Amino acid sequence: MRDFSYSRASSIEEARKAALQAGAMMLAGGTTLLDLAKCGVGEPDQVIDISHIIGLDAISIDERAATIGALAKMSAVADHPAVLAAFPAVAQSLSLAASQQLRNMATIGGNLLQRTRCPYFRDPATFAACNKREPGSGCSALGGVTRNHAVLGTSEHCIATYPGDLATALVAFDAVVDLGGRSVSVEDFFLAPGDTPDRETVITPGEMIVGVSLPTSAAARNSTYLKVRDRQSYEFAAASAAVGLELEADGKTVRDVRVALGGVATKPWRAREVEQALIGKALTDETVTAAARLSMNGAVAQPASSGGNHYKIELAPRVVARALRTLGGLA
Amino acid sequence: MARTIHLDLDINGKTHGLDVEPRVTLLDALREHLALTGTKKGCDQGQCGACTCHVDGERVLSCLTLAAQVEGRQVTTIEGIAGDDGTLHVVQRAFLEHDAFQCGYCTPGQIMSAVACIREGHAGSDAEIREYMSGNLCRCGAYISIVAAVRDAAATLGAGQKAEAA
Repeated sequence: MRDFSYSRASSIEEARKAALQAGAMMLAGGTTLLDLAKCGVGEPDQVIDISHIIGLDAISIDERAATIGALAKMSAVADHPAVLAAFPAVAQSLSLAASQQLRNMATIGGNLLQRTRCPYFRDPATFAACNKREPGSGCSALGGVTRNHAVLGTSEHCIATYPGDLATALVAFDAVVDLGGRSVSVEDFFLAPGDTPDRETVITPGEMIVGVSLPTSAAARNSTYLKVRDRQSYEFAAASAAVGLELEADGKTVRDVRVALGGVATKPWRAREVEQALIGKALTDETVTAAARLSMNGAVAQPASSGGNHYKIELAPRVVARALRTLGGLA
Repeated sequence: MARTIHLDLDINGKTHGLDVEPRVTLLDALREHLALTGTKKGCDQGQCGACTCHVDGERVLSCLTLAAQVEGRQVTTIEGIAGDDGTLHVVQRAFLEHDAFQCGYCTPGQIMSAVACIREGHAGSDAEIREYMSGNLCRCGAYISIVAAVRDAAATLGAGQKAEAA
């Protein structure tokens, strides 16, 4: 790890100003920054420690919305009784992510900004080509081992999966990222790779995530986060779904439904076609199965010859369907 | 010559002054600068849990924490959990009684994680212990005995708390 200078910011303004300097990076929990500095992907000249800014870890919730400060720890949000009650899928997405040690360190703002776990991206010493690290250098994952790469939102320049669970839950429930001077929906905050996989979010130099706000809804109250992975704990998703469901008074017709996918796409992926197919319909095994399949519209798998990722196209709709059945009492 | 910064770190109730490069992690500060080698370096990238310490009472990974970040916070390491007279912590005793290790390299991290796991209230069942201890890998595979030790220590500490409350 290359050396850097270290300074503490005592206010948001101070942090944003310091972050404008060349080679500056903000440090909150440190779990992403130090990890990437050690593997040679992130090489800050100056580290601006924002973790001591007072009050930026507050969590507040009323009948209209929850507001979570950027420095709130993953563990604090996961265990917050009011968040658990109003947004169970959000709390679960956090408690099913990482380990308790990491959840005690990592912040909500930093969690959203975590980088892909693509092994080619994370190993510059072995793989020089990576359009995310070096625009125009190529993609080492294409033709490589792609079991954990994305099937949705990919481009010819990048197939790296967005690894986070929290953002998947947030995008399902129309959460908004507060950047201080402006607010952006979580859905618009993240960018698909397209021609510029090095640009992962709309955040610009000198901006920082100040917090996240989440509007309450009946679907958010009746929600779940289902995460399927290669080992039972402490692992990224092979496929995950954040699902929320509100039924009409008859107990079977869908009034509102939210579906977002993790582990299969280049950004947190809202599956609106699934939602549209179910609204106004009776929730049955058949309607759920048929709608869940729509989540893979446009999916592109990598060739099986390279240990491909076609299994995700089978797996993800099953994860969506199982989550919907559980919420709708069909399981 | 590399730039150094002066830090005063509160570790196990004592203040330690040291001059280090800003990039020095808490783990390296403990092991290489303060001769507190009970905290182990396993993967050094946040995947194994061997370096688990407590900061302000919460378990964290010292390999992904800068020493500079914890100035002003209270750090507790494996050297700091036994009594002043050397009496072992309940969790340390339970690991001995259940033979919850083979090579022992992951053990300090396991114990620091277990102490916090019990304190958090996440040791209510074997399934919960496994989930909340999943950040600590044991390549010898002593998991069955580790779960037994945590379960036993949680029961002992729980009984102690009830006795105090009564």
